[in-house]
Amino acid sequence: MIGIIRYGAGNIFSLTATLERLGIAYGMISTEADFEKYDRYIIPGVGHAGAAMHKLESTGLVPAIKALDKPTLGICVGMQLLTSYSEEGDSNLLDLFPIKTLKFPHTDGFKVPHTGWNQVFPEKENPLFANIPTGSHFYFVHSYFIEYDPLYTLSSTNYTHKFSASIWRGNFYGVQFHPEKSGTYGEQLLKNFSKI
Amino acid sequence: MLAKRIIPCLDVKDGRTVKGVNFVDLRDAGDPVELAWNYSQQGADELVFLDISATVEKRKTLIELVKAVARQINIPFTIGGGITEIADADALLNAGADKISINSAAVRNPALIDELAKAFGVQFVIVAVDTRVMGDKNIVHLNGGRLPTDKQTLDWILEAESRGAGEILLTSMDHDGTKAGFDNGFLTQVNNAVNIPVIASGGAGSVQHFVDVFQQTNVDAALAASVFHYGEILIPDLKAILRENNIEVRV
Repeated sequence: MIGIIRYGAGNIFSLTATLERLGIAYGMISTEADFEKYDRYIIPGVGHAGAAMHKLESTGLVPAIKALDKPTLGICVGMQLLTSYSEEGDSNLLDLFPIKTLKFPHTDGFKVPHTGWNQVFPEKENPLFANIPTGSHFYFVHSYFIEYDPLYTLSSTNYTHKFSASIWRGNFYGVQFHPEKSGTYGEQLLKNFSKI
Repeated sequence: MLAKRIIPCLDVKDGRTVKGVNFVDLRDAGDPVELAWNYSQQGADELVFLDISATVEKRKTLIELVKAVARQINIPFTIGGGITEIADADALLNAGADKISINSAAVRNPALIDELAKAFGVQFVIVAVDTRVMGDKNIVHLNGGRLPTDKQTLDWILEAESRGAGEILLTSMDHDGTKAGFDNGFLTQVNNAVNIPVIASGGAGSVQHFVDVFQQTNVDAALAASVFHYGEILIPDLKAILRENNIEVRV
């Protein structure tokens, strides 16, 4: 069963609705004791990474999150929180991945936020992308991106340049796109995560 | 590559869709959730719901509709109509809406854009602009194009962007309902002037019109209502032809 970490950063109605539609059981984590009720975790998040980190810190759950050893998936800003630093709000983050979250540089012909369906190319073998064809479209909406790193990038997307569409290190995963809004492949990814 | 988006627009009133819808395979053509599901299955990239019954007592019906859509639909959707304050937007966000669209309220109170962007992020805020040519100028109109304002459209769009609009939904009232094609000249002008996504609206009558708007203007998305509702254009056919024309679309 998936435990969703509640820390007040954004609406999770669409995520929980999608899990319900897929028949994936979930519950909410508000205290450290809640972690042991679940065998995997989702860190959701929308909005400002610095503000989200501040809210996460105020829950007191940060040490427990950093010590998690079960599959853990950060979504959108929840993924950015896993990195060491974001230019958004000049914020230090969880540092579970020694890579940075940066603002899209102004580039002619590329608008910010990066909004819409873009292609995702897995770069490593991993069950998270099982039964998802390479180059499938996922729904993105973000102004900051996680830098590409051959060690940690699980899948990449191109927008002005190549960046991390998803990252993977041990039991930690992050996806920049919104699987709960990404059609059947997004649903497949959530199903895959529920079985990792 | 980032795909061009195809966006059906549904007008809802008291929780039901209005304007005729002509999908033969729908049990209830007035049910916005079923219609939305049908569009998502056809390959629509996003949906816009415009609530034209935006009185206070009708808002609760809308919230229930938004929740029902969020439960059933696996693509992003936007809600517009009658949003005048943070509390309206907050309720829609918590019901599962991905974005909200504001139009007249933003013209009357431009600071609303700043407030919404600050509270929820720019990605949540679409500013919808209805434009009509008066003399040789594009002028912002309210009330479905009936009421001219003193704002020139491009100036207003640039102001909206600077205040925190994450996207612009631009409807040409001169083209809307004509089925004669999008206003590609003005869309090009607007699209080149801003650094946020632009959704073209008004004038779609044929598949070629979508090819034209993407080839001639480089806008990010095209929105239409009746050509989809009446089944005159089927989204899979539209996307196949866009692809043949080397326009990137989601398969």
